[in-house]
Amino acid sequence: MSIIEVEHLTKYYGKSRGIVDVSFNVDEGEIFGFIGPNGAGKSTTIRLLLSLIHPTSGNARVFGKDVVTHGPEIRRDIGYLPSEVYYYEGMKVIDLLKYSASFYACDCTARLKELSELMELELNRRISDLSYGNKKKVGIVQGLLHSPRLLFLDEPTAGLDPLMQRKFFDLVRQENARGVTVFFSSHILGEVQRLCTRVGIIREGKIAEISDIHTLQQNNYKKVHITAQGLDPHAFDIPGVTNLQSEDSSVHFFFKGDINLVLRKIAPLQVSDVSIEEPSLEEIFMHYYE
Amino acid sequence: MSATIYKHEFFSRLKSVLVWSVSLMLLVLFFFSIFQSFADQAALLNEMMAQFPPALLEAFGITKTDLSSVLGYFSFLLVFVQLCLAIQAGNYGFGLVSIEETELTADFLLTKPVSRLQIITSKLLVAFSCLLLTDLAVTASTFIAIALLSGGRPYDTGTLGLLLVSMLILQLFFLSVGMVISLLVHRVRSVTPYSLALGFGAYILAAFSGIFGDVKLEYITPFKQIDAAYIVLHNAYDMPLLLVNLAVTVVALLASYALYLRRDIPTAS
Repeated sequence: MSIIEVEHLTKYYGKSRGIVDVSFNVDEGEIFGFIGPNGAGKSTTIRLLLSLIHPTSGNARVFGKDVVTHGPEIRRDIGYLPSEVYYYEGMKVIDLLKYSASFYACDCTARLKELSELMELELNRRISDLSYGNKKKVGIVQGLLHSPRLLFLDEPTAGLDPLMQRKFFDLVRQENARGVTVFFSSHILGEVQRLCTRVGIIREGKIAEISDIHTLQQNNYKKVHITAQGLDPHAFDIPGVTNLQSEDSSVHFFFKGDINLVLRKIAPLQVSDVSIEEPSLEEIFMHYYE
Repeated sequence: MSATIYKHEFFSRLKSVLVWSVSLMLLVLFFFSIFQSFADQAALLNEMMAQFPPALLEAFGITKTDLSSVLGYFSFLLVFVQLCLAIQAGNYGFGLVSIEETELTADFLLTKPVSRLQIITSKLLVAFSCLLLTDLAVTASTFIAIALLSGGRPYDTGTLGLLLVSMLILQLFFLSVGMVISLLVHRVRSVTPYSLALGFGAYILAAFSGIFGDVKLEYITPFKQIDAAYIVLHNAYDMPLLLVNLAVTVVALLASYALYLRRDIPTAS
């Protein structure tokens, strides 16, 4: 079942582009990665889904309900962690979290405690005294304390130290194992690769590609690296090869197509080293932006 | 209306309400503490007033005012109270929804399971309650001041009531006009300059309206629409002008709702 259905969603801020004709679905229980550089429209998409802003055209449904008309109902089951967290500066952490919890029908006290302990949050400090990373932790706790069915994470790891990042990822995985759907927006591909099952790539406000993360890696380019004596780089200038680069006795390139063609070229050589690997998402990503 | 938001907002405004209320109470008591000496020397006072250029008296709205009577004196001091109330109400109006955007907490509040209708209604009710509390404080201090410091001079309770109620009408005007302006501009960075400009602007217009008697500025400035001196003189509101005032308030209120419900919340950065 689709938790998020986006159809031809378009948003212009006056004349400047937000997103154009974006369509995609997110299924229940998956971790959907949404990647693109800054300004590509990631936050715009999330803000549309949360009805913080209104679409110029197109529509979007969350839990099968239209986001424009059923906002409050939908938001009951949504947790949101914005990329920049800001809270009422004068409040204490615990008061903010209690205020946040009071919007939901659940008794969130136990969960609040559990999450704060996990994130090592000091509950009695004032928000204004917190560092950026600590505010982010408050954001994580307040986004999760009502046990939402759907999580929107907008570049969530910025400001978190590596240890906290790992804890946070474990937390997201745990939530996901409980059946929570996660919409994970990021421009850091490594973390998307670690966490997500499917990714959508957004570029200049338009969806460039939506695919399973493994298909994205497999059906694409292979990264080939060969070191051999008396290597003739031009021998590898065959159809399917891109980014051919050579130095001294080694050559590396991307290849898409029947890998046997490359293997046959390698076979007669006296190789000292050869590797054929899947490119990182980073490299695939760069390809979409060329 | 959301009780959660109401409670939170009310307590965050409480300090401001206390400061305004106590200041205004002191203002009223202070003014009345010198009333007796004014009243005792009414003849001298009126002689002195005659020395002032009429334009100045017009500007302060005291040409038709008998400063030796309780209500005349009160209507004179009420102008200053009104100015303060206008700035307070303007503050609340300008800040009502824009404060969440200036302090970037709009994302937090608007991703909670409440509708924008509930948010703006709750916030308006909080502002209204706060203004009402301030009014009550001013009303209380007025009655205390009259009882203790007027030397038992007679006055018309009905007219005093009209004067006191006019405060609320004025507050609602600045609350709703402030709010609609805050929703029309792209982003309000700081509330106070706006509310000071609106409050003093309207006040100065009212003063000029007195000087240039034939220019119809009273149609646009609430200080003229609910002129204390007029109320004391006629024991009634200037109905057509009051209706203009109320109409502006209602239109600003409705427009605010319409604008807020459709508003795109700017990104926090």
